Amino acid sequence: MSIILDHVDYVYGGDTALAVHALRDVNLVIPDGQFIGLIGHTGSGKSTLVQHLNGLLKPTGGNIYFNGEDIHAQDYDKKKLRSKVGLVFQYPEHQLFETDVFSDVCFGPKNLGLSRQEVELCAYAALKQVGIEDEYFYQSPFDLSGGQKRRVAIAGVLAMKPDVLILDEPTAGLDPRGRDEILDQIARLKEETGITVILVSHSMEDVAKYVERIIVMNRGSVLYDDTPVEVFKHYKKLEEVGLAAPQVTYIMQALYRNGMPVRTDATTIEEARREILRVLGRQ
Amino acid sequence: MLRDITLGQYYQTESVIHKLDPRVKLVATICFIISLFVVKSWVGYAVAAVFLAVMIKLSNVPFKYMVKGMRAIVFILLITVVFNLFLTPGETVFSVWKLKITREGVQLAVMMAVRLSFLIVGSSVMTLTTTPNSLTDGMEKLMRPLKIFKVPVHEVAMMMSIALRFIPILLEETDKIMKAQIARGADFESGNLVKKAKALVPLLVPLFISAFRRANDLAMAMEARCYRGGEHRTKMKPLKYAARDRIAYGVLAAYFALCIVVRIYL
Amino acid sequence: MGIIKTDKLVFEYIRRDEEGNVEGITRAVDEVDLDIAQGDFVAILGHNGSGKSTLAKHINAILYPTEGTVWVDGMDTQDEKQLWDIRQEAGMVFQNPDNQIIGQVVEEDVGFGPENMGVPTEEIWQRVEESLKAVGMYEFRKYSPNKLSGGQKQRVSIAGVIAMHPKCIILDEPTAMLDPNGRREVIRAVRALNDVEGITIVLITHYMEEIIHADKVFVMDQGRIAMQGTPREIFSQVEKLKGLRLDVPQVTLLAYELQKSGVALPDGILTVEELVKELSAVYHRG
Repeated sequence: MSIILDHVDYVYGGDTALAVHALRDVNLVIPDGQFIGLIGHTGSGKSTLVQHLNGLLKPTGGNIYFNGEDIHAQDYDKKKLRSKVGLVFQYPEHQLFETDVFSDVCFGPKNLGLSRQEVELCAYAALKQVGIEDEYFYQSPFDLSGGQKRRVAIAGVLAMKPDVLILDEPTAGLDPRGRDEILDQIARLKEETGITVILVSHSMEDVAKYVERIIVMNRGSVLYDDTPVEVFKHYKKLEEVGLAAPQVTYIMQALYRNGMPVRTDATTIEEARREILRVLGRQ
Repeated sequence: MLRDITLGQYYQTESVIHKLDPRVKLVATICFIISLFVVKSWVGYAVAAVFLAVMIKLSNVPFKYMVKGMRAIVFILLITVVFNLFLTPGETVFSVWKLKITREGVQLAVMMAVRLSFLIVGSSVMTLTTTPNSLTDGMEKLMRPLKIFKVPVHEVAMMMSIALRFIPILLEETDKIMKAQIARGADFESGNLVKKAKALVPLLVPLFISAFRRANDLAMAMEARCYRGGEHRTKMKPLKYAARDRIAYGVLAAYFALCIVVRIYL
Repeated sequence: MGIIKTDKLVFEYIRRDEEGNVEGITRAVDEVDLDIAQGDFVAILGHNGSGKSTLAKHINAILYPTEGTVWVDGMDTQDEKQLWDIRQEAGMVFQNPDNQIIGQVVEEDVGFGPENMGVPTEEIWQRVEESLKAVGMYEFRKYSPNKLSGGQKQRVSIAGVIAMHPKCIILDEPTAMLDPNGRREVIRAVRALNDVEGITIVLITHYMEEIIHADKVFVMDQGRIAMQGTPREIFSQVEKLKGLRLDVPQVTLLAYELQKSGVALPDGILTVEELVKELSAVYHRG
């Protein structure tokens, strides 16, 4: 069970001079159950990449395999693929359209042709997973707060019971608590169900805190694909491509330069705290 | 797919046509469209074709780019051609089952196709070389006499300008919402007409909501920047005829006269 | 009196259900007193729905108080005769970069405000040039806004406001929809306007890093001002901020955590340099 990208290329704009090479020779293996962060500056190809994973875009070169099958083979069931690889776009609350929260979440499973009972069970479970209480089920989604709308929209994808959940900047525009709540919920969901999560994010702090593997995109290619600790060691190179490391990485580097013998590979506050306390001999 | 619609979108480059006063271009486009209905003979169309070709050349907009914008219209073009082809009475040249193609039909179909495509290309030369703002400025000034009849000329012009600015944004948005719903298993392609129409609800509702939200935001942004209709307003780029505009009017008059001559004598 | 002053400002709106019956009244802004001095850089923090945007819209006379008064440069925003002067003096930049650019070409958009004010043509051009240069967007003057990045679009919007020669600019979450690079661009431009041109800035945001350089910070919650002070004073109250659905920059949080573990550090550390200096001192003392 995995997604494999084999020499994937994507060019849009056809054969004109305006053609853009959005992906160049991307090779990736995404096994089950990983929590992956996908980072890269705007225009680096990360949005294009995630749209390939559920078959919304077709590569102009190379192949994509889901569970061993070529997703662009003639008789491959795309709809099924889209239910297994759930994609939550940026500002997903902008796609809500039903008159009440529950019906909107039912939209996905209904499209899969499940029975009414199954549809409702899926929707119910999904709303619970994102922490929406029963009292909101029959309200108009447009009357909810920003953070709630976003969670309902995520539930709309979760209701299809995906094996892989891709979230394109799920915290954009939310306040700090709203951001933490969503990310914690996703982390808990991953813990409980063991699904693969791919988190597209601009926040290095968030990525460092949650994921076990980081894929860095630059100009349509994979620049790094490793654990957060390893990736953030290249903080100078990351800056060159318009990214950065989490602030704690810079703190540790500066402490080291100032003569404190700390290990410089901490990427989260907790790691940094422990390391500094160790060097100060307070533990 | 949606991004391919280039009709009406300004193409930035340097050219004589770009520099012309928008009023000249508006009048010229109207004259050109009228001329297409004035001429009746092939010689007349040839004159129009030459005129159009010269304008395209002068505009520095790649012809390929213009044609790309026409793709959206091909459907309408085809319908017109088919209707004319089969529904014009006259001398039969070819018949299949109950359908007859007549000599007059062929002639009319070709003529209509030429007229329509000239019309579209002609007007797109204008929209491709004129920013919507100056286009609406031109329109506003040309229509000024209508103010006597209480026509809100400035407001109409402003509405058109804003509509043009938001077309690409809304197209992109449509594309995004469509993809998002497809990711939730929506199917916009298969099924009969009723089913297809129903499938559009998850696309149209969010699109309308977003359009209203944008309208609201924009109105607020305009008010915050002291917008209060056409009164008290000055222009950053006031319209003033230059020598080249007068020459352009001359060329236009000559072209139009030629079309009339062709109509009468050929 | 400062350039912006509010006195017991209250704003209420009526919630209605689908049939239009009154469901209740929401107090979005609740007795807010502000006094902002000319030339200050003021930040307003607050979670979504805390009333900070509603407050901001009062300064530009887009909304009017239900109770209380708002003065901009001594003018009461409810005085209709002065409406256009107020809007000219207090410029506003909004969140969504796409929904506030009116022109199809960058320079035409920047000229929109001066056109509305009736500025003579030649002066409009001069103002457009100056404003675009002030935000570093002059070379893009002939571009279509659709071809710009989010950060660039916001800088164009700021230029559109500067061209109206305002005394203060209110920015309502100008960076919420931008990526980190875009955010930096915008904040840098805003700070330059404050430093170089002396324009009063009111920045509304929920990105903590953006307010470190502010002269004064107000934190809003439930329509009220819950905290106010310098960034250092605000950031030294980590728990209180968290209670208001906000947080602090990573460096401040790390310092706070270390403090809790018994390391002797001062409150409210704001920058990496400060923390490194303090920690080195602790380390070398042994």
